[in-house]
Amino acid sequence: MKITPSKLTLLAVCSATLFVAGCAKDKSKDVTQAPKVTIQSNPYPSTYKPIEGQPTLITNVTILDGIGNKIDNGSIYFADGQVQAIAQSGQTLDVAVNTVIIDGSGKWVTPGIIDNHSHLGVYPSPSTHSHSDGNEMTNPVTAQVWAEHSVWPQDPGFGRALAGGVTSLQILPGSANLFGGRSVVLKNVPNRTMQDMKFPDAPYGMKMACGENPKRVYGQKGGPMTRMGNVAGYRQAWSDAQDYMRKWELYEKEYEAGKNPKAPKRDLKLETLAGALNGDIRVHMHCYRADEMTVMMDVMKEFDYQIGTFHHAVEAYKIADKLKENNVCSAMWADWWGFKMEAYDGIRENIPAVHAAGACAIVHSDSDLGIQRLNQEAAKAWSDGLRAGIDIPMEDVWTWLSANPAKSLGIFDKTGSLEKGKQADIVLWNGNPFSTYTKAEHVYIDGGLAYSLTDEMSWPVSDFELGQVGEGDKK
Amino acid sequence: MKKLAVVLASLTLATSALANNYAIVGGKVHTMGSKGTIENGTVLIKDGRIESVLANGTAPQGYEVINAAGKVVTPGFIGALTSLGLVEVSSSSGVVDSSIEKTPISNTGAALDVQYAINPDSSLLAITRLEGMTSAATAINSSHYLFGGLGAIISLSGQSPVLKSAAFMTIDVGSEGAENAGGSRAALWVMLDKVLQEAENASSTLSAEKPWYGLNTRSDVDALKRVLKGEVPLFMRADRAADILQVISFKDRHPNIKVVLVHGVEAWRVADQLAKASIPVVIDPEYNLPGGFDQMGATLSNAARLHDAGVQVAIGMDTHNIRLAAQHAGNAVANGLPHQAGLEALTSIPAGIFGVDNDIGILKPGSFADIVIWSGDPLEVTEAAETVFVGGEPIEMESRQTKLRDRYLSLRKEGNNKPSQYQRSE
Repeated sequence: MKITPSKLTLLAVCSATLFVAGCAKDKSKDVTQAPKVTIQSNPYPSTYKPIEGQPTLITNVTILDGIGNKIDNGSIYFADGQVQAIAQSGQTLDVAVNTVIIDGSGKWVTPGIIDNHSHLGVYPSPSTHSHSDGNEMTNPVTAQVWAEHSVWPQDPGFGRALAGGVTSLQILPGSANLFGGRSVVLKNVPNRTMQDMKFPDAPYGMKMACGENPKRVYGQKGGPMTRMGNVAGYRQAWSDAQDYMRKWELYEKEYEAGKNPKAPKRDLKLETLAGALNGDIRVHMHCYRADEMTVMMDVMKEFDYQIGTFHHAVEAYKIADKLKENNVCSAMWADWWGFKMEAYDGIRENIPAVHAAGACAIVHSDSDLGIQRLNQEAAKAWSDGLRAGIDIPMEDVWTWLSANPAKSLGIFDKTGSLEKGKQADIVLWNGNPFSTYTKAEHVYIDGGLAYSLTDEMSWPVSDFELGQVGEGDKK
Repeated sequence: MKKLAVVLASLTLATSALANNYAIVGGKVHTMGSKGTIENGTVLIKDGRIESVLANGTAPQGYEVINAAGKVVTPGFIGALTSLGLVEVSSSSGVVDSSIEKTPISNTGAALDVQYAINPDSSLLAITRLEGMTSAATAINSSHYLFGGLGAIISLSGQSPVLKSAAFMTIDVGSEGAENAGGSRAALWVMLDKVLQEAENASSTLSAEKPWYGLNTRSDVDALKRVLKGEVPLFMRADRAADILQVISFKDRHPNIKVVLVHGVEAWRVADQLAKASIPVVIDPEYNLPGGFDQMGATLSNAARLHDAGVQVAIGMDTHNIRLAAQHAGNAVANGLPHQAGLEALTSIPAGIFGVDNDIGILKPGSFADIVIWSGDPLEVTEAAETVFVGGEPIEMESRQTKLRDRYLSLRKEGNNKPSQYQRSE
């Protein structure tokens, strides 16, 4: 059956209401209707509470606001968990009487780093088999699993990432499966439970994977064993999801008409896929090769959904124009390459080339070590671009670390830049953050001081590390 | 045989006839030797080797002058522990000589020798050398044997790669080594001592006529004898402090063996003992997570604390991205290692460990002219190698990565409608 775009849009609108409890109008008619079946969209709600902060003013500091502006010798004031004001030198600011004033001379302020590709908590340290909770390698389509049900908040990696200025991060399932399951976005304040860290009101994401991994994992386990098998797998799954959406649409329609239809049985796998088709759930797709990404953008059009971000995207530079045209972000490493065939064509100028083409570029880690130095990854990519004649101003480069990943995750209305009213997710660096030698001196999350370089007692220590050698990097 | 010798001789002649003399002038020169750092130095290159390193010198007649004013000059960096030349694409495909299954030539792994497996055409060599790394130690990185075999020091020039064969022997005496030895360190160390004792006591040339029932094969014995004499350093990988103390007591039992500690996540905890035992370390200073119970003391301060105690620290453990060793050293410096020690960790210290410090890792008369001119501080992520000399000649700053870059940058130019595969540079 061919589905026209207009019909699909209709479907999408109908099903969007499916996931909002209590939205159905009870138009009771002659028939006695059973209570309408609705699906709770947020069954594992966030219990995150920010660390209590004090109104803070940092003066005489170099500010990169994360949306293309650099302010030399500026000031930033934040209070009540939000950015209140950014001022140029010479301007005056009204601040609360109990404001902590920090002289930022020689220092820099940026938005907190957002890593949209992390496996902290699902592949934690120590990396024992018992902790390996990131890949549900039992079927190529496991859209029904949610990474948040695997996250171990005692992973010491969260605290180490915090010391690198990471204030929010997306935890993704691994890339073994065509559809790996849902992701979760966290605020990087390590705590007792996943819910304590869960980013309030962040949309869900869903992991998909191209290429070598699914075919390697399932090649001898019933398939797919080829890239064409992969694509057939995506298409069949999307088709199943459309069918599922039609069933719910019919239920809705009949219920609205006053009938007493039987609700379709919930299918957790198809529910997530439907959420991706209707745009509630953002699609994050692990994909290296230019030709495969391009095929996937056609699959995207065929089934009328939006791929939010290609992850790794080692060959994004080859098709940066197409990525721009299709409004798909690329989350990339600065220089990883060659560890497998589909990573063989990595170049150092990938990130700046994507940016220069007007497409959305993101620096990601996919690594518990890399996440600690994402500013250095951006610095390398930036300077490699400059040497190749791709001249990107430093103030635009920070979009790779905060604003663009925030957009990719659907949280840019809340964080990812230093603008009045945004969450005060802020890093004070002890120098130019595009340097090997610079470190995060203070990391604020929602205005609370989550890390201070010079105060060891401010460093989070996971339960796992407590009472062990090192105890969170102590001598 | 005679014919071959003639051909070789004429090749050598042809090479030296082509060689130019160069004078690198005006740069900040880190000699990594007794001359220290010279602010406005002149490095003279003649016939593939360094002729002299002078302060405020001028270039004599007959030298091609390379202006390095405002730049930094160092010896080419050395990859302290890699599998360069042994692997093209690590997983699944292509040439992989960096891992090994079973072979009848060896029982303990000691006999394996990578000098025969180096591919000088590997794309990794060009990709790595144009970032300022001109030589590397290369070895098998995965084997289920007790030993990982003999490693080699290679030049990244892309020609005659082996600078020194049988340059070191590797062994894992941590968790992975215990796994290979049957699952416990209780077997591992007994095995190691017995295997060495056997090699020591075996007659120097085991007869092929007489039966041999050793734990080692005959070839293993040959290799281990060289380790026992101290000709071939033994790279012992261990992370937890208890294992490193075993390494130190092993060194006590075998004072002739040149022991080098590898990876050493918790080495800082026994830094004084390591210094006292003169055991140098090769580490990844960015490794700061408790990836296992033998790595609980992981810290970014490992390199600095070891250095402070007087331990020689070499930095650089990777293959495809060994070019990032300079960044690793930079991060060690950001965490307390002196800058000079950061440079030494990439040059003079690995050269010393491998016993090639007269040739590489240093700028002094007579050493190889493997020299890098950097845009600035080499440990700074935004700086880069601009000119790289290997064996006295500047290399082409080109790799398949730069060619891919140039192809796709040119594709973006207005009016360029040629299909991508027709985008070729002159």
